[in-house]
Amino acid sequence: MANLLTSSIGKKITMSLAGLFLAVFLLVHLGINMLLIVSDTYTFNVAANFMASNKLIKVVEIVLFLGIFLHIIYGIWLQIQNWMSRPVGYAKSNNSQTSFFSKYMIHTAVVILIFLVIHLVDFFFKSKFMKDSMPPEVAPGIEDMATIVIAKFKQLPFVIIYLVCFLLLGFHLFHAFQSAFQTFGFSHKKYTPCIKTVGVIYALIIIFGYSLIALVIYLSPNY
Amino acid sequence: MDFTLKIWRQENAKAKGRFETYKISNISSDCSFLEMLDQLNETLVDKIEIPICFDHDCREGICGMCSLYINGRPHGPDDDITTCQLHMRKFKDGDTITIEPWRAKAFPVIKDLMVDRNALDKIIQAGGYVSISTGGVPDANSIPVSKKNSDLAMDAAQCIGCGACVATCKNASAMLFVAAKVSHLALLPQGKVEAKERVLRMVRKMDELGFGNCTNTGACEAECPKSITLTNIARLNREFIFAGILSEDKY
Repeated sequence: MANLLTSSIGKKITMSLAGLFLAVFLLVHLGINMLLIVSDTYTFNVAANFMASNKLIKVVEIVLFLGIFLHIIYGIWLQIQNWMSRPVGYAKSNNSQTSFFSKYMIHTAVVILIFLVIHLVDFFFKSKFMKDSMPPEVAPGIEDMATIVIAKFKQLPFVIIYLVCFLLLGFHLFHAFQSAFQTFGFSHKKYTPCIKTVGVIYALIIIFGYSLIALVIYLSPNY
Repeated sequence: MDFTLKIWRQENAKAKGRFETYKISNISSDCSFLEMLDQLNETLVDKIEIPICFDHDCREGICGMCSLYINGRPHGPDDDITTCQLHMRKFKDGDTITIEPWRAKAFPVIKDLMVDRNALDKIIQAGGYVSISTGGVPDANSIPVSKKNSDLAMDAAQCIGCGACVATCKNASAMLFVAAKVSHLALLPQGKVEAKERVLRMVRKMDELGFGNCTNTGACEAECPKSITLTNIARLNREFIFAGILSEDKY
């Protein structure tokens, strides 16, 4: 196992595993957020409260933060090694045919990281550690997260930042999803094209799903 | 045809390099790229200047010696060829052509356009061979090999170790090279015997030599003169994962 963990391929496998776990989390998060526009604010608050208080979810939350940490640390580590592997660059830019999104993974990753910090400060840390700034509970033990989210999505600059970040997150996912399977050594004539298609559909769901929530809340007078 | 050439000149590995511009005229469109450089060198020798140093050997696309990063692509603006197979008809009359050496930490410049690609040999020395005694020549068909595996192994074995995959990869990764070498042995019965040790040793050596990490961009596959595919990298990853889990020795 030592061979596996310390090698370049081992580091990429760890990063890919963490990445796929985060991809699943993004879908769950989207599902809960969707309640805001397909259901009512109370249902959303109950679901958000369940995610924040359930014992099992709390364990998953630790795994989630570990996943984010590993994905970022290994990403930075591998990227620094990649930069160091070509100390002198080419004068004429690279004209080789490659997938467009794969060339900008580190750039989109930096934007996603900044977005993640903003997002955590705005919502997660606020509900966890800044109870005084939270609106009154909608029912005993149920925080009013909906009011905070709606207040944020009523501000145009905030909505624009979110839309741009979701787009770049989608760009990251376009390459990341299928790349993770390649890293696991999964390559098959029949299934690999399916994985690539699923990856594109998944990225589009993330982009349009999250963007839809932000836009509906901003544009609708019902919120 | 007339061309303006911007060529990287560097005295030795430690010297600071720079681009020098040369004009060359009356080049036949049927002339190969290396023949064009030969003609340029003849004019430089006539002027008692130091000719441009570049790698070449067989000049028929099988030895892997010729390198050159031409106008932002290894082996120049054509697919599935080495530089010796590139012809001047692929350029327009009056073009400016930028010629650079392979750029990678693991491929230090020796002089001008010539780089040291011993790193690839070191990876082979680490395990890219069969060391078991396979005895005399066996009777035909005494060792069953499926047609599919035979074809895949032969496809991977086409790798000539030119280093174009490293040169074009934005991370200077040698994964396609290692993948081809691991694949062509791992797919055949004689190579399977040492497959676990081989893949662990070769990947370890690749990491030690300072090559970058593969990010699955596919540039290597696009530029490989022998059309080695990314499926070989998936096979390398697969071999490495199983060997890493199952092997009791550390390499």
